[in-house]
Amino acid sequence: MKKTTEQRYTKSSLVIHFLKGNLHYFVICIAASFGVTLLEMILPQIVRGTVDSVIGSDPFSFPAFITDRLNAMGGGAYFREHLGLIALVIIFLSVLAVLCRYATNFYNGKGSEALMRTMRNELFAHIQHLPFAWHMRNQTGDIIQRCTSDVERVKIFVAEQLTSIIRIVILMILSLLFMFSMNVRLSLIALCSVPIIIGYSAFFHSRIGARFQECDENEGILSTIAQENLTGVRVVRAFGREKFERDRFEKQNQHYTGLWVRLMTLMSAFWGAGDLISGLQVMLILVLGSVFCVQGTLSVGQFIAFLSYNSMLIWPVRQLGRVISEMSKAGVSVDRIMYIMNAPAEQDKPNALTPDMHGDIVFDHVSFGYEGSVAIVHDVSFRIPHGSTFGILGATGSGKSTLMHLLNRLYELPPENGKITIGGVDIADMKASWVRKHIGMVLQEPFLFSRTIAENIGITHRDMSMEEIRRAAQIACVDDAISEFANGYDTVVGERGVTLSGGQKQRTAIARMLTQQAPIMVFDDSLSAVDSETDAKIRQALHQNLGDSTVILISHRVTTLMQADCIMILDQGRIAEMGTHDQLMKKGGIYRRIYDLQMDAGKEGEDAERN
Amino acid sequence: MQKETEKKEYVSLPYFGLNKLLPYLKPYRGTILGMVILCLLAGVIDIIIPLFQRYALDHFVALGSMDGLPLFIGSYVLVLLVQVISNIISCYQAGEIEMYVSRDMRRASFNHLQTLSFSYYNQNSVGYIHARVMSDTARIGGLVSWSLMDGVWNLSYIIGAIVVMLSINAPLALMVLVIVPLTALAAAYFQKHLVALNRKIREINSRLTGGFNEGITGAKTTKTLVVEKKMEDDFNAISSDMFRTSVRASHFRSLFISVISFSSFLALSLVLWRGGLITMEGVMALGTLSVFMSYALNLMEPIQWIVRAISDLITVQVNVERFTRLMETESDVRDTPEVIAKYGDAFEPHRENWEPLHGDIEFRDVSFKYPDGDEYVLEHFNLKVPQGTNVAIVGETGAGKSTLVNLVCRFFEPTSGQILIDGRDARERSQLWLHSNIGYVLQSPHLFSGTVKENLLYGRPDATMEEIEAAVKSVSAEGVIARMEHGYDSNVGEGGDLLSTGEKQLLSFARAILANPRIFVLDEATSSIDTVTERLIQNAIESLMKGRTSFVIAHRLSTIRQADVILVVKDGKIVESGRHEELMAAKGYYYNLYTRQFQEESINQVL
Repeated sequence: MKKTTEQRYTKSSLVIHFLKGNLHYFVICIAASFGVTLLEMILPQIVRGTVDSVIGSDPFSFPAFITDRLNAMGGGAYFREHLGLIALVIIFLSVLAVLCRYATNFYNGKGSEALMRTMRNELFAHIQHLPFAWHMRNQTGDIIQRCTSDVERVKIFVAEQLTSIIRIVILMILSLLFMFSMNVRLSLIALCSVPIIIGYSAFFHSRIGARFQECDENEGILSTIAQENLTGVRVVRAFGREKFERDRFEKQNQHYTGLWVRLMTLMSAFWGAGDLISGLQVMLILVLGSVFCVQGTLSVGQFIAFLSYNSMLIWPVRQLGRVISEMSKAGVSVDRIMYIMNAPAEQDKPNALTPDMHGDIVFDHVSFGYEGSVAIVHDVSFRIPHGSTFGILGATGSGKSTLMHLLNRLYELPPENGKITIGGVDIADMKASWVRKHIGMVLQEPFLFSRTIAENIGITHRDMSMEEIRRAAQIACVDDAISEFANGYDTVVGERGVTLSGGQKQRTAIARMLTQQAPIMVFDDSLSAVDSETDAKIRQALHQNLGDSTVILISHRVTTLMQADCIMILDQGRIAEMGTHDQLMKKGGIYRRIYDLQMDAGKEGEDAERN
Repeated sequence: MQKETEKKEYVSLPYFGLNKLLPYLKPYRGTILGMVILCLLAGVIDIIIPLFQRYALDHFVALGSMDGLPLFIGSYVLVLLVQVISNIISCYQAGEIEMYVSRDMRRASFNHLQTLSFSYYNQNSVGYIHARVMSDTARIGGLVSWSLMDGVWNLSYIIGAIVVMLSINAPLALMVLVIVPLTALAAAYFQKHLVALNRKIREINSRLTGGFNEGITGAKTTKTLVVEKKMEDDFNAISSDMFRTSVRASHFRSLFISVISFSSFLALSLVLWRGGLITMEGVMALGTLSVFMSYALNLMEPIQWIVRAISDLITVQVNVERFTRLMETESDVRDTPEVIAKYGDAFEPHRENWEPLHGDIEFRDVSFKYPDGDEYVLEHFNLKVPQGTNVAIVGETGAGKSTLVNLVCRFFEPTSGQILIDGRDARERSQLWLHSNIGYVLQSPHLFSGTVKENLLYGRPDATMEEIEAAVKSVSAEGVIARMEHGYDSNVGEGGDLLSTGEKQLLSFARAILANPRIFVLDEATSSIDTVTERLIQNAIESLMKGRTSFVIAHRLSTIRQADVILVVKDGKIVESGRHEELMAAKGYYYNLYTRQFQEESINQVL
């Protein structure tokens, strides 16, 4: 899904956009439903003709071309002999009607599923391409809600409400046409009731909407009480508050139930009144129709047909009011989806570059703060020569990870806040995907996808061979651990019963990054959960396999960083010290103190032993 | 640990499991009976109404006279009113039954959950249990009301229509009736397929939601690995699977509706043909024929509804089964009747009989394995914890550090051996007695929706404002409250979401202090809190532990160097124990853990 420019949707243009490519299903559906309605209208006419002119003895009163044809065949007398023929015609037409009905429902279903698929896929793709800052701003649960419930509601709007309105209108027009063609006076009377029923039902449903919402909200509260009780079960027990919880739940349970029962009173009164109105309308038509028959202005067959049309009309008209009042709810959902679709996706500059990435990394007067918060990095400048190992040491929140987020363009550095170059080219001028492809990054808290370990490690390339995957795992010192699982590399991450320890996760993520074969590798505190021994082993293996890659190591552990070509100490977003291990030790500053402390901790045991 | 008790979607129970629901239906048997009778009546009236049409055609129209019209209208309106009133009442009753039955079931299950032991909570996820309380009860409520109503109403219509048709003209009626069982068979066939497909659709749907979840929570990783395209392709594969399955379901549903409507038309054409002949012979009046046609035409849809009601009955069994299994689950930790008689139960405590708790705890030859585990995590464990002792439990995440605490709190009971509290077996006194004397602070602090004050009062509802303020002050949480807009009356949001983890932590400390427990249990926070807050929390912990027997599950080892005993847990078992200096000297597992952690802290210390 490539949008050429950042287009912003309006409510209607978004719905139209989603409908693109799926509209034909709904067109077929409506056309077929027209067929159903028409055929269902014709059937009563056949019954009428049969009753009046075959069973009765009136002349046929169809449009001239049909009447002529029928008379040519021998008129009522012929059909009296061949009544079975009429039954066959009915069966034939009903087969047609049934086919149309199938098409109506099937294409409506297919259309709505296709629409949902389009919406889901587009949302997913768009979310994938939204900047990381957007992800940080929004809550996962809320976004998922928009991608599921709201998508569903938009589907209901298009596939159920919009199409059913069109279908009901077609049905109304057709049945009124037939009714008027038979008897104008009676039709007018039947027609009178239509606005009354629609208005009554629309009025009621719009009024009752608030009560429905109240019920929903109270169900939400009840559900939350249960949820909190279950998640906080330890707190409840530890404070011995079972009785309090019981009473709280019971109170809301009663309240919620009471609301629904009251709503039910209204609803059943409404349904009852609706039944009464339509029942009276049917009676009125029946009585007046009889009067007209007696007066001779209406034939018996016409009367019977009229009654059929009238009953066909009543139910959809009652529905129409409800549909109209419920349609307004869809607007909110479209809005909520629009919020995602209108968020600007990550975008490269026109003619973004894809230069060679085997060059020096330079941070040039970089300052940065996340949206709405104070600056985290203050005017930081340093150079990492290509092929060297660079260590960063700093307290939690000193801005280490932020620097890496900027390097990887997870956050965009505004031009006035300095620049970051690789091989002399500003990374802001490069394609973001190019930058990321060439920077292998292992995050502090690695995220593994819920698929097999092999798929996780081999995710960066299609058709990666098992050898390559295992090779990466071996370098990351996780091959043995994986092989010990019952399903080995086919173990699905996150499935019940299988839990990877923090260290195993980190090492798997390292293996995954290694398959990227990037010229720049960043280890963002990614060995924190493994013990010093394994840490050293991994670093050793990495060292042998890195080639001429640039390595950036972030760690709390001095021993991890000691051998780096250059070590930078960050303090509250500023460079406190920088140099090689020896230089920094000689300097006797912060680094030295940290080193001494860490080494002392190791010695503490020995001291205790001696004492 | 989450061993979701089988996710079966289909079960078959004797009597569809309805017998298990009897206790919940019994209080409403009058209402249910009334609804059934009214539904029968409604079905009969639906049969009667077309007879007015017949009368109008055969009398007014055929005879050409409007004599008897007032009586006709009068009785028509009367029947209409009866119908409307019975509809109103039965709908209302159905609503009542639905809501009351599900309310009672919700209450029963919720209250039962309050008494279940932690092994149940460990084996089932919150989402799973929550669904039992909220969704299963709602579905069952819906079944015993609306599905029952549909079933009875439509059944009564079908039977009535058949009776009337047979009485009007038996041979003609029999012809129509041949179609009925065929339609019912077809309906059952389609319904079965639809149920299976819907199950599959639900399954794919949860995969779709999972896909969204992963696409969003894993966005950072996806971006750094530049695998957006692959993630998209994988997601599209799931959504296409959904599309295919749903379209198949749509095919069946459409076919189903089409078959039902075709059989209606078939019945109509049969009646017109054979009935027409009879009418021409003068055996049957025109109006009668028209009524007959309307019955024939309207007979098929109720069949569809009945089939649907039956299929509801079949599918709801799984909800009934899950619900009854919850209700039949018994707590592993139960007070004996004698204990309850003296000390009361969880809902009705007899506080006047409670002895004060001093705080000496002793593990005597305790062996323990979790009810769902095979391996003993404690074997013949002995430990004396005199009043005022500070016990620290350390080990890696997931190593099973909570076991001891679970035993002390009697969330679980020893498989063998005893836990003595003040020299008496813990089982000699009620759970509530013990729990009321324990202050428990979780690593992920749990607050309830409501105000700050309500949350603080959770452990001791009768505390005065002065006591609250003193408690808040003793853990230095007054800053948290000062920052909030309405002070103590500020809302904390669902689960305390409006507060940061550190703020929640401080409030939960204040809550624990206010309850003034004799035993204090602390599951220390691992989450990264800023250093200032952390110092505050550290101070709070110290003031909490003063003079109390305490158990601290520690993640930051620097905080427990002063503990009286440190128990080191690895793979669920206690591997080392002693004071900090002893353990460091031993150069074992603790030494490793400690040095590894110290590195990070050294930096924070220097900078």
